[in-house]
Amino acid sequence: MKNENEILNESKVSPFGEDSERASVAFPGEVHPTAGGGILLSKLDEVINWARSNSLWPLVFGTSCCAIEMMSTAAAKYDWSRFGFEVARATPRQADVIIIAGTIVNKMAPVLKRLYDQMPDPKYVIAMGACATSGGPFFYNTYSVVKGADHIIPVDVYIAGCPPRPEALLHALITLQQKIKSGATREQIRNGIGN
Amino acid sequence: MYRETQIIKHAQKASSNGGNLEEAGDLVINVGPQHPSTHGVLHLVITLHGETIKNVEPHLGYIHRSIEKMCESLSYRQFIYVTSRMDYLSSHINNHGCAMCVEKGLQVEIPPRAKVIRVLMDELTRLASHQLWWGAMAMDVGALTPFFHAFREREMINDIMEETCGARLTMNYMVPGGVMYDIHPNFQKRVKEFIEEFKKKIDEYDELVTGNIIFQNRMKGVGYLTKEDAISYGCTGPTARGSGVSCDIRKLYPYEVYDQVQFNEIIETDGDCFARYLVRMQEMRQSLSMVEQLIDNIPEGDFQAKTKAVLKLPKGEFYSKIETARGEFGVYIVSEGGTTPYRIKFRSPGFSNLSALNHMAKGYKIGDLVAIMGTLDLVIPDIDR
Repeated sequence: MKNENEILNESKVSPFGEDSERASVAFPGEVHPTAGGGILLSKLDEVINWARSNSLWPLVFGTSCCAIEMMSTAAAKYDWSRFGFEVARATPRQADVIIIAGTIVNKMAPVLKRLYDQMPDPKYVIAMGACATSGGPFFYNTYSVVKGADHIIPVDVYIAGCPPRPEALLHALITLQQKIKSGATREQIRNGIGN
Repeated sequence: MYRETQIIKHAQKASSNGGNLEEAGDLVINVGPQHPSTHGVLHLVITLHGETIKNVEPHLGYIHRSIEKMCESLSYRQFIYVTSRMDYLSSHINNHGCAMCVEKGLQVEIPPRAKVIRVLMDELTRLASHQLWWGAMAMDVGALTPFFHAFREREMINDIMEETCGARLTMNYMVPGGVMYDIHPNFQKRVKEFIEEFKKKIDEYDELVTGNIIFQNRMKGVGYLTKEDAISYGCTGPTARGSGVSCDIRKLYPYEVYDQVQFNEIIETDGDCFARYLVRMQEMRQSLSMVEQLIDNIPEGDFQAKTKAVLKLPKGEFYSKIETARGEFGVYIVSEGGTTPYRIKFRSPGFSNLSALNHMAKGYKIGDLVAIMGTLDLVIPDIDR
């Protein structure tokens, strides 16, 4: 069993790479041409990951300011449905990815854990903004803020910013797609369904 | 405290819900903290008799970030940045209120250019906030399209803000003594473009939603709040003005240049959800007219008064109030004469408006609760702080 860092190093998580755009749409596998067509050979895990990465349903989980930028990302100008995140769900039982948009305080922490537990596998987490990443502006001199959502649940992608621009959220979502394709998310590694 | 979802088996007098008699067969349900129509992390424990609401009990603290306590260890220049995270939809106005309170203590007169820029930014923020409210509230009552219409125009304001302030949402642009930078050279041009565009669009908003008979049926005669109740619960802003209370700080206690611009205080007397809706829709037109009046009349001069690098307020207590998109926002600073405040208290409009929710929702159906909360225009970090 490889550990997480080895898988991350091997995988092609390179959002700025040359083939990143192609990699996000290309179907995994090789075509062997035969008479009258061809045979596609691919690994089942890769096909499953490819399918999963292209239909991510986010959970509407906004606690504070970042939620407004998340709404902006969903709305007309930025329109995250172009990338396959259109179906924002209000219940965790129908969601694949939880975007932690905002500060998590001590009273909210058990609720976040419960929401994460209620989501069906496989599930992914994006920590949006400085508060969800590390406590951000509320790191010092505060008695009630959880210093980073990764104290509560495992996080796959972090976004910097207070609040991050909608482009940053789109970038994070595309990064998550590429991570899922290469089997490098924490959920996949834990369940042994990575490549 | 948190109550499990349950059907009351025996009639009892519950101590936790203000002595409301619970009959056998009543249903206790929790709405939130994870619920799309609570606009954040508000937790409501609702007692239902059939479909009729008997009691609504809001639970707060799910986004309590101890901002007031943080402010005690930040200097008078620093503490303004956390206030944009309270009511993030009126972040300019929150910054403005705090800057005004510090200026009151320092007894600094800010230059006329800064005054006009501040009012312009406040009104643009109010427009952006009301646009978002319009889209989100229509989405709550079941119409998805207005959300996309509202955000299309809101992005124009965001672009204007970004050019001048460098941020889309949490600006930190107002500082004690004026504003942080001068306006961008494109500012006037782009605001004029926005005014032209939005004048057409706001009529479209009215056509799309205000006149819609289904929408009116959801709104009219729902969530009554009488004038006396609005005053006794301490409601301010459009919530109180929908009940006929005259409470616009811009009109009653004018600050900056509000006494020099022409605008009307919008008051509706019906007191139901539709009245509150109409107040906000007309306020958008008033804000637009204020921006139009001021955009060509920005005086030349400094954008910031000369202040010391380290601010020290004299010993004493200072209070200033300002009209945000939700109502009266008060800043109360107790100073011991040092570089940091001894105590800061924020009077947020959402907290008082939320306190009237139980009164407004009692006796209506559970489906109406969403409409009532939508017209209260709650921002939860503003309530919890």
